[in-house]
Amino acid sequence: MVLTDEEIKKLAVEVRKEIIEMLLEAKSGHCAGPLGAVEIYLTLYFGGILQYDSHRPLWEDRDRVVVSNGHYAPLLYAVLAHAGYFPLEELKTLRKLGSRLQGHPHRLSLPGIETSSGPVGEGLSQAIGMALGLKMSKKKQQVYCLMGDGEQDCGNTWEAAMLAGKYQLDNLTAVIDRNSIQIDGFTKNVMPLEPLKAKYESFGWKVLEVDGHNISELKQAFQAAKSIFVRPVLIIAHTIPGKGVDFMQWEYRWHGRVPNSQEAEQALRELRTIKGKIEAE
Amino acid sequence: MLNKNIYLNEKVFEKERKLIASRDGFGEGLVLAGEKDERVVALCADVTESVRMHLFKNRFPQRFVELGIAEQNMAAVASGLAATGKIPVMGTYAVFSPGRNWEQIRTTICYNKQKVIIIGSHSGLNVGADGGSHQALEDIALTRVLPHLAVVMPADALEARKAILEAIHYSSSVYIRLTRTKSPLLTTEKSPFQIGKSQVFWLPKEGEQFSGITIFVSGYLVFKALEAAKELEEEGINIAVINNSAIKPLDEKLILEWAKKSKMIITLEEHQKAGGMGSAIAEFLSAHHPLPIKFMGVNDKFGESGEADELIKKYGLDEEAIKKAVKECLK
Repeated sequence: MVLTDEEIKKLAVEVRKEIIEMLLEAKSGHCAGPLGAVEIYLTLYFGGILQYDSHRPLWEDRDRVVVSNGHYAPLLYAVLAHAGYFPLEELKTLRKLGSRLQGHPHRLSLPGIETSSGPVGEGLSQAIGMALGLKMSKKKQQVYCLMGDGEQDCGNTWEAAMLAGKYQLDNLTAVIDRNSIQIDGFTKNVMPLEPLKAKYESFGWKVLEVDGHNISELKQAFQAAKSIFVRPVLIIAHTIPGKGVDFMQWEYRWHGRVPNSQEAEQALRELRTIKGKIEAE
Repeated sequence: MLNKNIYLNEKVFEKERKLIASRDGFGEGLVLAGEKDERVVALCADVTESVRMHLFKNRFPQRFVELGIAEQNMAAVASGLAATGKIPVMGTYAVFSPGRNWEQIRTTICYNKQKVIIIGSHSGLNVGADGGSHQALEDIALTRVLPHLAVVMPADALEARKAILEAIHYSSSVYIRLTRTKSPLLTTEKSPFQIGKSQVFWLPKEGEQFSGITIFVSGYLVFKALEAAKELEEEGINIAVINNSAIKPLDEKLILEWAKKSKMIITLEEHQKAGGMGSAIAEFLSAHHPLPIKFMGVNDKFGESGEADELIKKYGLDEEAIKKAVKECLK
């Protein structure tokens, strides 16, 4: 499904509302990260980038998406539902006993999930394995690995980065949701990452930096990654954690905290106002 | 006497017997597997020749991935390869895999249910001079607790070759425990080998009374148990020796059958007593047919440098220690 930039902006507001509602109902889960990464996911799935068919989740010519930071499950689930993999009504079952929407995605529980995740730092390796496997089979499909910035702390991430550089995997595009927060605080205080771009470049990657809320910049970066560069590409997407909800923005404590009903009501009110503004433009 | 029904190597006790390590059998088997099935790919973490994967690498360079010293990466990359329909075989020393990369194996292979064959070479004390840091004595405990992962330890190079060929088609991921040190071939081409099935290698001589002592042993120590059994038979003590290659799933039918015939059993492995093969057998028998068990293994210590057989003797797992254990059981 391909949408216009305007349609994606409107859908972004819907998805943010759905994330808040899901988390309120589930009473646990991760908030700030998913809210911040909405434009990244929507551009990938609806901006004419990813090749997929939600009616044939295992279509052998599909591109692959590895969500390495699995705690972004609420966002992933909302996007997959809008893409048609399962009904929107199922979103309210997040994290409940017997639900297909497990707290962290499980590959076999829901169509559209390429791999289970949760423990960060091992998604890039899996994405590389997929990229290598596709190349060995002489297939042209792309592999996308969506990561957080906190998992750049993990040794495994850098083992993977080195391997991608060694094999110059041009069918691999990674995205870091650079929201500058992790559980214990801001990344610069917990484990400084800069210069992040230079690090990946030194490992043989091409690095693009974009405003993670600008759909047009994201689209251009994804397209360039796919068609121009003959090496693995990393898109560092700068985002605001908790984006869309005033009292959640830039507050790292909202990483793993869910809104209570009052906070949720306030958040939803804000999001409705934003939506009204977009529709008025 | 050697079990005649399973075509064991009649020359196993001869001085000029061929000595070959299980890792060598694996290396040959991997090439055969690659020839049989083009989906087979191999991964290694800088120890290609040590784990005998260089044979596959030379034969199928396009299907071999060298990751350098990065075992966590190796497990998760293997998972990704499996996701695209490949049958990945990843290998290094057991201390590093499943040692270092246990969580990646847990999440990306087992929890994720992606089929990967995991080779843990250089297991046990017989690693020798490299010392305790390189002697894996915990890998059975680490692997058997993971769902969707079978655990098997071949007794010789031929069983190792059969193990990798079968693992390629087995229904789940498989951990194959191998050793560095050369040992006699115990089996022949015709000897049966199956993941999940163990075999009786030594039986009480026909017409002789069974002492009621059965040894369950795996890997490099199997031939030591056979040597002990032969010497005991010459002394008039007739025991049974079972090559317990099937660590998970256990060959419950065979274990139960022999537990019922026995007064006491001995479990023998180059592994910590805690959580190893003996522990697995004890878990099963205490629920189904409790009987006294003597555990022979490493007593909550690490290994150290020395020659393979010196270490096995020092840690009380050699032929003399086995004979002594049998006699103690008889008291």
